Formats: sequence, structure tokens, C-alpha cells
Amino acid sequence: MTDFLQLSFAGLALGALYALVALGFVIIYKATGVINFAQGGLVLLGGYLTYNVHHTWGVPFYLSIPVAMILCGMVGAAVERVVLRRMVGQPVFAVIMVTIGLLFVIEQVVTGTWGFNRLNMGDPWGIKKFTVGDVQLSVVNLWTIMLAALVMAGFFLFFRYSRLGVAMRATAFDQEAAIANGISARRVFALSWAIAGAVATLAGVMLASGGSGLSPEIEFVALLAFPAIILGGLDSPAGAVLGGVIIGLTQTLTAGYQPRYADWLGNGFSSVMPYVVMIVILLIRPYGLFGTKEVRRV
Amino acid sequence: MTSPAPETQAILAVHGLEVVYSDVILVLRGVSLDVPRGAIVALLGANGAGKTTLLRAITGLLRVHRGAITKGTVQFDGSSITGLDPAAVVRKGMSQVMEGRRVFAELTVDENLKAGGFTRRDKAELRDSYDRVMTLFPKLQDRHKQTAGYLSGGEQQMLAIGRALMQSPRLLLLDEPSLGLAPLIVEQIREIVVDINSQGTSVLLVEQNATMALSIADYGYVMENGRVVKDGPGQELLNDKDIQEFYLGVGEAGRKSFRDVKTYRRRKRWSA
Repeated sequence: MTDFLQLSFAGLALGALYALVALGFVIIYKATGVINFAQGGLVLLGGYLTYNVHHTWGVPFYLSIPVAMILCGMVGAAVERVVLRRMVGQPVFAVIMVTIGLLFVIEQVVTGTWGFNRLNMGDPWGIKKFTVGDVQLSVVNLWTIMLAALVMAGFFLFFRYSRLGVAMRATAFDQEAAIANGISARRVFALSWAIAGAVATLAGVMLASGGSGLSPEIEFVALLAFPAIILGGLDSPAGAVLGGVIIGLTQTLTAGYQPRYADWLGNGFSSVMPYVVMIVILLIRPYGLFGTKEVRRV
Repeated sequence: MTSPAPETQAILAVHGLEVVYSDVILVLRGVSLDVPRGAIVALLGANGAGKTTLLRAITGLLRVHRGAITKGTVQFDGSSITGLDPAAVVRKGMSQVMEGRRVFAELTVDENLKAGGFTRRDKAELRDSYDRVMTLFPKLQDRHKQTAGYLSGGEQQMLAIGRALMQSPRLLLLDEPSLGLAPLIVEQIREIVVDINSQGTSVLLVEQNATMALSIADYGYVMENGRVVKDGPGQELLNDKDIQEFYLGVGEAGRKSFRDVKTYRRRKRWSA
């Protein structure tokens, strides 16, 4: 039982990390209809920007996060303004290729600026743990879970009630009709990239905290977050979080139990399992768990 | 009203407008049109005559369709809006209801209206506009939390009009509001347009349903091949023989034989 709780908590924390990455994908997809493969790059950049603000500029850690979020948000908006805006109206395939290209560019810029070495984030959490019953909870995991929940709640309120959030959904559904109603599609696009950049920073910081350190590898987590997004539905913040948690739990529980009970599946099956779950769920609900079903009158 | 109002009085004045798509296809060939303040003006014409293009040129949506104004001017309330972007046009007080309704089907009725009011910040004013829309369309009131995509065609048209009214326009452009709706609903839409107009909003009504449009229009224009080929007071057009024959389906002596198709062709080219 202790094992199970321990693994579940770790899975939840991992899921929260995936969720933070996934939320960035979701907001861009929701507003612009683009699957942004450069999101992993933004996560990486956000992490390094925080490092830079904290270590190089000497800003206190907790303050350096919002500063880096603003910076990374500005980078996101700039990327949209300079690159993606020219792609409006072009085939989806071309837009996707451009975002993949952006991923490589950001990666090069980051490694060129900060190098390949593992850096110490300088977070105050480190490997601190506390014990509840027999279960050990690490401080950084608790923070991750809390932040993911907070960001999700914020997204939900934003899209449901705020003027800009509703305008974003309207633009996503019918760009021309939104423009005809006085909504500036350009501002909506820029804003969605800015928000994605800010959320990516949070994901980057949490990935590099808790003793794991900051290295260019963290961008690969974006690929692992992918089943989470597909699973939850591309355009649903709640789905992104739930998808993240399912994938996180699947991964840690498989890692914990599979060697004991199904050893014949081989080593490292835990990284395959998320995709198995994704395929099964997509067979049942092709638009994901929470994705918007196409509205159609019969 | 017997003649188009002088330019100073017109809330919308279009002069000698030429529009090309993709730099080569000339769609409007010098269109001029006035909407006098407080009037309902009907714009008639067959498919492809250039009615929707004219609306796009007025509201700034041309760019989305790779079109451009090459000649002519559009004046709204005395100031030029030629080539202005759509959001700026909406802010100046001109709203449009696009052809085919184009409601945000995945959003609720309330959210559609909220998106419609995007350009305005004043909460009290928005509330007023919202209440006005709900009074005008009690059916929307009953369904205000429903997803717009599941409304009936008539209700969606009402929502599209309501969404435009959230911008509190002084001039409302309606592109074929009767398209694909049952006669009873068309009648309702007609009454709504009159209502909106009587509350002080000028209306430019683009229609293929000429009976409906001319029955409420102070003035009417007929477009063909990118030109205005006929214009006159609504009642006058309604009684016009050509209009009756080509738009109202009223023949002089019952059904025509195929022999007369040639005459039709000849007579339809008013401008030639």
C-alpha cells in the first residue's frame, strides 16, 4: 500500500509537469488552430531565462520566476509577430513544419548562450521531503501539483468569463466572423503565444528544480507531454491536466509494478505505456476525453 | 423619400468603387451608393453581381479575401473609411451581419453576444445593449445558455443580428438575412429589421428576396456584373416591370415559353 501511495504521488507530480507543458500547447491550439511543436523550446528557454534572471542578475528566486515568465511571454509574442503571422492562411502542414523549425532555432540559441552543462537552478526546494504516514512527499512535487492546479483554474476562468478569453474562442472557431465583429485576430494570436511562453516558463522551472538541474534535455519532456494533450483533447485545459495526470500515473505505476508482475515486457516499458493508453482512449473517443466535439445540427 | 439624400446627409456614401481580387479579377466596376441617415436601403442583385464584395469593401474584410480597392472612396458619417481595418470600422459605428449567419457555433448564446461586444469596454453600456437584444429576441432569452450551434436557422440569424447589435451600430449591414429560412421566419426577420431601424439605426439590406427587401426599403439599388444598373425609391422599384419580372417572378401574362428566354437575356442587360 505504501508503495502504491508513493508511486501515485510521484505520478501525480509527473502528471502536473506534463499538464503545465500541455497547457501551453492547448492555448495556442485553441486560439490559432496551430499545434505548436516549438512549445518544448519555450519550456527550455523559460527555464534558462529564470536561471539567468536569478543567478546572473541576482534577483531573488521567487521573483525571478514572474520576471522570466514576462520575458518568455514577450519572446512568444515576438515569434508569433515575426514568423507565425506570415503563415496565416497557409496550409496546416507548412505551419507545423515552421514550428518544428523554431524548436531547433530556440534550442541552438539556448545552448549557444548557456552551454550544455547541467546548471543548478538555485531553487530553495532542493531535495527536501517530508513524511506523511509512511509516504515521503518531496516539496518540489507539491509545488508542481499546486502550480498546475492554479494555472488550470486560471485558464478555465479566463476562457469562460473574460472578454479576451471568449474572443479567443470565437477567433478559433471562425476567424473571419470574429474579425467582422471587431475582434483583432492579431492581438488574439500574439496574446495566446505570450501566455504559452509564460506557462512554459513555469514548466521549465519545475522541471529543473528539486535537484534534477537545468539542461537542454528538458525540452524532450514536451514530446512526452504529447500523449497527454491528445488524450485530454487538444482544445481543453481541463483535458490537458487530466491527460497529464493519467499519463503521469500510468508511467510511474508501470515503472513500479511492471518489472515485478510482467517482467517479460522488458525494460523501460513504462515509457511505452502512455502511448498504449493514448491509443486505447482515442479509439473510444477520437476527439480526446474533453475535446470539443464538432457541433453539428442534424 | 424620392431621391437619394445629398451627400452631407448620407451616413454611408460609396463613390466610384472599383475592387479587384488577386490583383487581376475586376469585381466592382465603379459602384456608387448612398445610405441616407435613418433610412433602410436595399441592395438587390443575382449571385455574383458583387453585392457581398461591396460589403467587404465597405467593412474592410476585403484583405481577408485577397481583394483590394483600386479606385473610389467609402465615407462613413462624413469621414473616409476607405481601406480601414474591420475593427476600426466597427468602432466607428458600423456593424455587419455576414451572409450565412456565421454564429460561433461552439460558444453559447451569451458568449456569442459577449464576443460581439468585444470592441466596447463600458460595462453598463454593454448591459444595456444585451438587454436590448434580449427584448428584441425573446427566443434568445429562453436559450441564452445553450450552445449556439444547436439553435434553429432562424434563431441563429437572430443571434447573428443580436451579436452585431452588441456593437451599438449607427449603421447595420445585413447580408442576405433571409437566406435559407422559412417564409414565416423571413417575415419575422423583416419585422425585426424595421424595429431596429425605427430605433434609430440606418440599415443597408442586401437581399435576393426582393419582395421582402423592397417592401421595407426607402430606397433600392440593383447590381449586375459589378455595376449599379438601376436605383430608385423602394416602392417605385417594387412596381417596376423589369424588377417584377426578374426578381419577383411576376410575369405579364402567366408562364413564359422558352422562346422568350432570348428576350429575357436582352432585357436583363439594363446597362448595355
